[in-house]
Amino acid sequence: MSYHLFLHQPTTPSNLIYSSSSFSSISILNSTNSYQEMENSLVNHETELNLKATELRLGLPGCDEVNKLQCNFSILRSNKRSSSEISTEVDSMSKSKLNTSNGSEITSHDDQDNAPPSKAQIVGWPPIRSYRKNNLQQKKGESEVGMYVKVSMAGAPYLRKIDLKFYKSYSELLKVLENMFKCTFGEYSEREGYNGSEFVPTYEDKDGDWMLIGDVPWEMFMSSCKRLRIMKGSEAKGLGCF
Amino acid sequence: MDHSFPQKVLEHLFSFIDSNKDRNAISLVSKSWYEIERRSRKKIFIGNCYAVSPTTVIKRFPELRSITLKGKPHFADFNLVPDGWGGYVYTWIEAMAVSVPLLEEIRLKRMVVTDESLELIAKSFKNFKVLVLISCEGFSTDGLEAIASNCRNLKELNLQESEVEDLSGDWLCYFPDSYTSLVSLNISCLNNEVNLSALEALLGRCPNLQTLCLNHAVPLDKLPSLLSQCPQLVELGTGVYSTEEMHPDVLSSLITAFSGCKQLKSLSGFWNVLPSYLPALYPICSRLTSLNLSYAIIQSSDIVKLIGQCPNLLRLWVLDYIEDVGLEAVAASCKDLQELRVFPSDPSCLELNNALTERGLVSVFKGCPKLQSVLYFCRQMSNAALSAIAQIRPNLTRFRLCILEPHTPDYLTLQPLDSGFGAIVEHCKDLQRLSLSGLLTDRVFEYIGTHAKKLEMLSVAFAGDSDLGLHYVLSGCENLRKLEIRDCPFGDEALLANAAKLETMRSLWMSSCSVSYGACKLLGQKMPKLNVEVIDESGPPDSRPDSCPVEKLYIYRSIAGPRLDMPGFVWTMGDDSSRKLELDVAGVEAQFRNL
Repeated sequence: MSYHLFLHQPTTPSNLIYSSSSFSSISILNSTNSYQEMENSLVNHETELNLKATELRLGLPGCDEVNKLQCNFSILRSNKRSSSEISTEVDSMSKSKLNTSNGSEITSHDDQDNAPPSKAQIVGWPPIRSYRKNNLQQKKGESEVGMYVKVSMAGAPYLRKIDLKFYKSYSELLKVLENMFKCTFGEYSEREGYNGSEFVPTYEDKDGDWMLIGDVPWEMFMSSCKRLRIMKGSEAKGLGCF
Repeated sequence: MDHSFPQKVLEHLFSFIDSNKDRNAISLVSKSWYEIERRSRKKIFIGNCYAVSPTTVIKRFPELRSITLKGKPHFADFNLVPDGWGGYVYTWIEAMAVSVPLLEEIRLKRMVVTDESLELIAKSFKNFKVLVLISCEGFSTDGLEAIASNCRNLKELNLQESEVEDLSGDWLCYFPDSYTSLVSLNISCLNNEVNLSALEALLGRCPNLQTLCLNHAVPLDKLPSLLSQCPQLVELGTGVYSTEEMHPDVLSSLITAFSGCKQLKSLSGFWNVLPSYLPALYPICSRLTSLNLSYAIIQSSDIVKLIGQCPNLLRLWVLDYIEDVGLEAVAASCKDLQELRVFPSDPSCLELNNALTERGLVSVFKGCPKLQSVLYFCRQMSNAALSAIAQIRPNLTRFRLCILEPHTPDYLTLQPLDSGFGAIVEHCKDLQRLSLSGLLTDRVFEYIGTHAKKLEMLSVAFAGDSDLGLHYVLSGCENLRKLEIRDCPFGDEALLANAAKLETMRSLWMSSCSVSYGACKLLGQKMPKLNVEVIDESGPPDSRPDSCPVEKLYIYRSIAGPRLDMPGFVWTMGDDSSRKLELDVAGVEAQFRNL
């Protein structure tokens, strides 16, 4: 008669059709102790629950607690922790040795000093399904390959293509464009754009809007630029003036 | 006493009772109620496929029509359960193929399903209607071919988040022309293209279709023609939501297609979004009750523009691109919101992100009186925010907070987050599910044990100081069914002192903790109704001293005894045939008596 209890998961112990002595008799530690006594003794020995008395150790023989934590998961050092707030917060409060901070503050992990800087990795953390992780990577995967964009120029019958990945800044990009199309852009200013130049470098972003090259931070430009166009000064009037 | 109630009357009464919880209660009243109930139960839910054998289930419930089975432990979702652990459904299908030919519905979660299982389902159950495989694996599109060819009455085929070996997109063609009963199709997990013309034809001839979740391989410009075949759709998962370049005619045909779907209430998909196509959704936003943008890499402003038009939203899943400002907009627009999930866009990035903080979460709680279920990934939290949430929203039932960096304290006070979570369990008396994170001491477990009386599932990681923490939870949480713990300093004492508790729970998972092999053996020996499984990929635990901690431990109650399908890295404790084991156990037991 008792087996069906498991199928419907009784909500409280009082629903179990067990003999009333079952709780105390199942006490592993000492069959004469009641459950309540067990609880009391645990509470009383709050500071002594380190099992030293029974010589059961918390780790492999010969290991201490630090090593045990290290055995449990592998951590590689992070190189993205540029914010010093993170390292002080976590380091001062953290009890475990697993947290890493800027490379210069690590003293105890000699074996990791020579490891190439990489992100900290804990297996299965944060708790995100691999299905979700894999599907989010798609977007990132695209940018690993190369960022080719078409470049057109007013009055020129041909299109060119360049790989934006090669350039680290606007000045590099503009110099290349100037060379490629044998033109000059003049000085860029935030307020005036390329006012006075015969040719103006512009780009179309993801929303279909045409912008002046240089209007937004480089990172944002890289992720939103769809194609480039070198417009005539007159064509570009109105761009960048808000 | 029940002789005065004819059996037929009781049968009729019981036929109105659907919930398994209620039926379980009914079956406890008396022997005759037990008999009447079991002969009429059609729907079975088995939370752990190893808790009971298929034969036992079939024998008790001969009128079985619908079965739900769960296999691997929840932490398998995060790669903590090694491949090959188990959860095979084949023995269940085999047994039911013989004894339950009228079976109509199979719903599985985290199980291994082979093509043979699918083929067996396809040919054994003539009236088969529903196949739901959530987070399953082990099968290919060949198995789907068998289902499509043979299941004439199939209403639902749902492969949500399963891993399918995608051999060919032509499996869809195996639905015969005479097949018209499809109501729900979810193929969002498939990697490759499906045969689009077969799909379109299928949609066209199934007038009852309500749910369609496409995979990312379905191009956006095909979506309007697909939708025109099934304008009666209630739930849609788009494929990829962009084209290489923005085409105004794609946008206008999308607008027409969406406007034609007058019943559409739920949207998901949105892989690779091109924001210029989002306005296509504006005409239907006011009807939306569920919106899943958790794969959409779009900026906060675009999200806000969309959500601002969805006043009837009950459920919102989104990436942290929404930022605090976006969540404030949600708080202002979505007054009926019940469930919110915010996922991290870049989980491995450790930099503090000031755009999505605890402030966004608090604002949603402040603005949405019906919010009861939350999953929130962020990088900072404070006790003040958690206490505020607890007091604003005592009707919270599911609260899962994941602060990305383990051991992160309250960023304002640098204290542990014990009091914040303590406030949550104290005020939210109906809390059923809780996931903890951040810097936590034993204190938080004391609060949980004291207050979380309705708590059924608790997930713990990188928390606590000692066995006391585990003891508080096991001894205090009366309704606890599932407990999963990783990387906490919990060891033998609390586990052994609360052994009896484990029989009242579905399961306990502990990995990277401090439970010794000796304690596992002892537990397995003393508790025959528990399966105590040690998972250790570094070799047999016998080859190390008993005091060594086990890698992973999975304990679950079972009336089926130890399972027989374990891989080489899983050992069940308490196998009586081992004499040496008994001697070891006696030694450890003696040590524990001295405490």
